[in-house]
Amino acid sequence: MSFILSHFNYIAVATLMMAGLFIVFSSGNLIKRMIGLAIFQTSTGLLYISLAKVSGGTAAIAVEPASAEARDLASRLDPAYVAQHGIDGVVYSNPLPHVLILTAIVVGVATLAVGLAIAVRVREAFGSVEADEIEVLSRIESTQPGPQT
Amino acid sequence: MIALPPSFDANLAIDIVLLVMLLVVAGAIVRTRNLLAAIILFGIYSLVSAVWLVVMDAPDVAFTEAVVGAGISTIVLLGAILLTRGEAEKTDWRRLAAPALLCVAVGGLLVYAAMGLPALGDAASPANAHVGRAYLEATPRDIGIPNMVTAVLASYRGFDTLGETAVIFAAGIGVALMLGFGPRASLAPPPAVIGDHHVVLRVSAKFLIPLIALFAFYVQFHGDLGAGGGFQAGVIMAAAIILHALVFGLRETMAAVPPRVARGAASFGVLLYAGVGVACMVNGGGFLDYDFLFPPAIEKQIPGWLLGDPDHAHHWGQHFGIMLIELGVLLTVAATMVTIFYGFAGRTVDAARQEAKR
Amino acid sequence: MGDVLSWAGGGLVIVGVALSVLGAVGVLRFPDFYTRIHAASITDTGGASLVLLGLCLIAGLSLVTLKLVFVWVFVMLTTPVAANALANAAFSSGHKPRIGAFQIVRTDERRKTPRGTDQP
Repeated sequence: MSFILSHFNYIAVATLMMAGLFIVFSSGNLIKRMIGLAIFQTSTGLLYISLAKVSGGTAAIAVEPASAEARDLASRLDPAYVAQHGIDGVVYSNPLPHVLILTAIVVGVATLAVGLAIAVRVREAFGSVEADEIEVLSRIESTQPGPQT
Repeated sequence: MIALPPSFDANLAIDIVLLVMLLVVAGAIVRTRNLLAAIILFGIYSLVSAVWLVVMDAPDVAFTEAVVGAGISTIVLLGAILLTRGEAEKTDWRRLAAPALLCVAVGGLLVYAAMGLPALGDAASPANAHVGRAYLEATPRDIGIPNMVTAVLASYRGFDTLGETAVIFAAGIGVALMLGFGPRASLAPPPAVIGDHHVVLRVSAKFLIPLIALFAFYVQFHGDLGAGGGFQAGVIMAAAIILHALVFGLRETMAAVPPRVARGAASFGVLLYAGVGVACMVNGGGFLDYDFLFPPAIEKQIPGWLLGDPDHAHHWGQHFGIMLIELGVLLTVAATMVTIFYGFAGRTVDAARQEAKR
Repeated sequence: MGDVLSWAGGGLVIVGVALSVLGAVGVLRFPDFYTRIHAASITDTGGASLVLLGLCLIAGLSLVTLKLVFVWVFVMLTTPVAANALANAAFSSGHKPRIGAFQIVRTDERRKTPRGTDQP
């Protein structure tokens, strides 16, 4: 049970990923699929941030070693733990995955916007955003005689 | 009694509660067919993730997630359903059987693989004890700014960030090419109504928009010392401009921030970022090696005490380099978000005009 | 003295959270859209104010308290305005509020019959 609790983050991330993937596969609506894709993207971010967490740590912003803040943070932890894993008496969480996910979030919204722009143009071209209807309409269009060039 | 892990504390309890909330919201998004409800639920999902990120000691990421997820994403999605439809078609349950089986299978494999990952908060895991620790120890020596996330993002991994800025710029170009740079015909001036029922919103927006812009600049320049940086500041600035458009009308905002200016600012941001890299090369270093940003003649003239650290005068190049590229990121991100909004809003205006004509 | 302030602050945070939960219960239980906006916005603003006041007491006199005061000012500016905008949008688009036993027929045109004699 304690193993499940300490790994609960990863189980939740896997479930969220599959929820997003299920929306993409099951829904025919293009807009809903984009929302599912966005859920999928943000859930991978959750995985990285979970891996970066250090228990008893603080955010990766340097604290002056002799300041009251550092003493306050260190007073809540075992001194041996701080000595082994801390830097200058303060335990920090790993900053590297935070960097990766920060840019991933902004890039995610930019690609979401591109996907939605494509959906809007598809709607204007075919009159529908449902994948089934678009398939039928495009088949009808391809059988009709095109413009004589 | 259930056996709790040794590191169980309030932090882990809050973390589990928040993740359960995320699961519930994601389940609701899966089930709903009304797209407006799905969009609002997605905004809630983003906000709860932002709270979870603060609990996980990631304030920079929480900042970004809150502004991007609850702000820009919602606006862009709302624009999309305004231009298409607000409701999804009902799918036959037989169609859902194969995706459900696939998702359960893949999810099971992921959970099985995740059992081999280190426990949450393990300070001795390879990621935290070796690579992460190396950056935490090297930052005061090499760069000298307190915010280590900004140090890694802007200096150690500066080339990645340049690539990502270019991706954001390319996405802005993509949306502008597909949806246009704004409404096709020129917009009519808004009717001059005094004391109409939108007065509360207008007055408070007039008060808030400059404050939001000021906050964006605060986040930008404070990014070295606390949580913040160019990405967050860019999105906050774009949110201020979009709020102006929503309250005062697209015509007023396009007069204040013309699409040409937005496109120019986006290009200039990427140019500035790459330009800083080339300037470092010109002075003898590698691409984006800020230690070589200033030629040695200028660096000799900078007094070491100005930085508060006479042993590390080369930090001056780092500080200046990081400030310049964060400025580039701010310009590109803000201008791209505004361009994307103009694309969607312009199409909405054109569609409404076509409806009115019919 | 500092200890008393921390305990008082903690108590205020709990009261603020309880107020927000009551607001959520109200949104689920109230019958009409406008009453729900009332429940959500008032308890949201009040709960947030109490939580921020409690946090100020816990933080003592420092830069953090100043930032919390700024956050409080921002919350007081935006939450009521958002509720106003929401109610305004609903009213302008013709959403009908329920008043007691009878219902206003149309909100976007002049009433033709006196109050109390409308058909529900």
